[in-house]
Amino acid sequence: MSDPVFTASSIPVLALGYRFQWEPAQNCNVLLYPEGMVKLNGAAGEILKRISENKQTVAELIAELKAAFDGADLDDDVYRFLEEAHDNDWIRPE
Amino acid sequence: MTGSDQNKAAGSTGGTLGLSSHNDIRQPLWLLAELTYACPLQCPYCSNPMDYANFKKELTTEEWLDVFRQARAMGATQLGLSGGEPLTRPDLVELITEARKMGFYTNLITSGVGMDAAKVAEFKEAGLDHIQVSFQASSEDLNDLIAGTDAFKHKIEMAKAVKANGYPMVLCFVTHRQNIDQMEDILELAISLEADYVELATTQYYGWAMHNRDQLLPMKEQLVKAEAIAHRYQEEQKGKMKIYYVVPDYYEERPKACMNGWGNVFLTITPDGVALPCHAARELPGMDLPNIRDVSVKEIWEESNDFNRFRGYEWMKEPCRSCDEKEKDFGGCRCQAYMLTGDPASADPVCSKSFDHHLIEDALKRGRLEAEKTVTEAKPLVFRNPKNSKKLSASE
Repeated sequence: MSDPVFTASSIPVLALGYRFQWEPAQNCNVLLYPEGMVKLNGAAGEILKRISENKQTVAELIAELKAAFDGADLDDDVYRFLEEAHDNDWIRPE
Repeated sequence: MTGSDQNKAAGSTGGTLGLSSHNDIRQPLWLLAELTYACPLQCPYCSNPMDYANFKKELTTEEWLDVFRQARAMGATQLGLSGGEPLTRPDLVELITEARKMGFYTNLITSGVGMDAAKVAEFKEAGLDHIQVSFQASSEDLNDLIAGTDAFKHKIEMAKAVKANGYPMVLCFVTHRQNIDQMEDILELAISLEADYVELATTQYYGWAMHNRDQLLPMKEQLVKAEAIAHRYQEEQKGKMKIYYVVPDYYEERPKACMNGWGNVFLTITPDGVALPCHAARELPGMDLPNIRDVSVKEIWEESNDFNRFRGYEWMKEPCRSCDEKEKDFGGCRCQAYMLTGDPASADPVCSKSFDHHLIEDALKRGRLEAEKTVTEAKPLVFRNPKNSKKLSASE
């Protein structure tokens, strides 16, 4: 495995040309990009929604998610998702 | 049409649009609005119909906005603003503004001719999501020869303006026999412009390109060389510039999954309001060509003969009907099947299983013969312009 791109202090932002939005017709959150679309599952949607709305560090993002989801232990899941999303070119560290 | 959406297999553009579309869902996720057939360029591989000069009555602003609203309500997320050259529409900013407000991801597919830096900024302000600038070649001489106009320097300026306005720079090069040997120069040009995405699209043989096929089909040895160069740059540019390379389907063993299936995700509206399952389908025989001036988009999408004609697998003949790959490629392209075999329900002859596959081999041979001729013997390219359009459609 290569070194992780994100640490607690990095600020994830959507990659250039990517847009997050709720799609009523699909009944899910999606990521739109030039000539394409990714349908997001619930967890991915919660994370990317926050990334698209607020510039904040990964630590702040995790704190916000914990507050929203009853303090669930989700640190590892968030880091794993961020790396995956970066591999897919959806997000980058600012 | 100046951009690449005619020039790549549907689904090669990130592809994920296709994944979400199973037979039971069927939403027109991709709306291609061919705003106009007017274009300052004369590319001899244009996918617009040969007789485009006969279609004059363009949709009004309000008619376009109505189409956008209807398609959006049906679940469309991607809007391609294409043509012709969409910049020739004086209401382009208004169309972008309103489409963006509706929630579309708006893609402008342009030659860059007719654009200036102020306009790019205006588009940004209007909420345009993405601009794709097409090039005809990597050198001024060849670019302008193919485009039939002096456009190259301006395109370079526009590519820079796109990037300066905070867009990803997406460049599209449509390759064919006359420019594919420039592959290295094309990629060096893209690097020097700091492009984010480069699409090495391949000419697809519809409309004007079909008419000029003998002069445009690349030869095998050209492809092998170009592909090796493209792959080398893909490696070298990893993490910096994304390079999409599309193999011309004439050299494939299996057909492209055209449009991700007929009437499945793609909806094209022509400048005069005809709804088509793909931008080339206007030329198929037996089409009703329903117009959004008469019928709602929903009714056309769900009920029309045209859109239901090649949905599913019932319409297929052998060898497609019993083929275990039919769900992967849907038998290929209906328009290509018709153009080459005369029967739009036959297998796409690109497929090596097709009974008509020899037609592809014949075409490649004819292209080679043409390539080996001297300049004075060779057939000249026929450029896409109103004069040629009228002449050729009258002689048909």
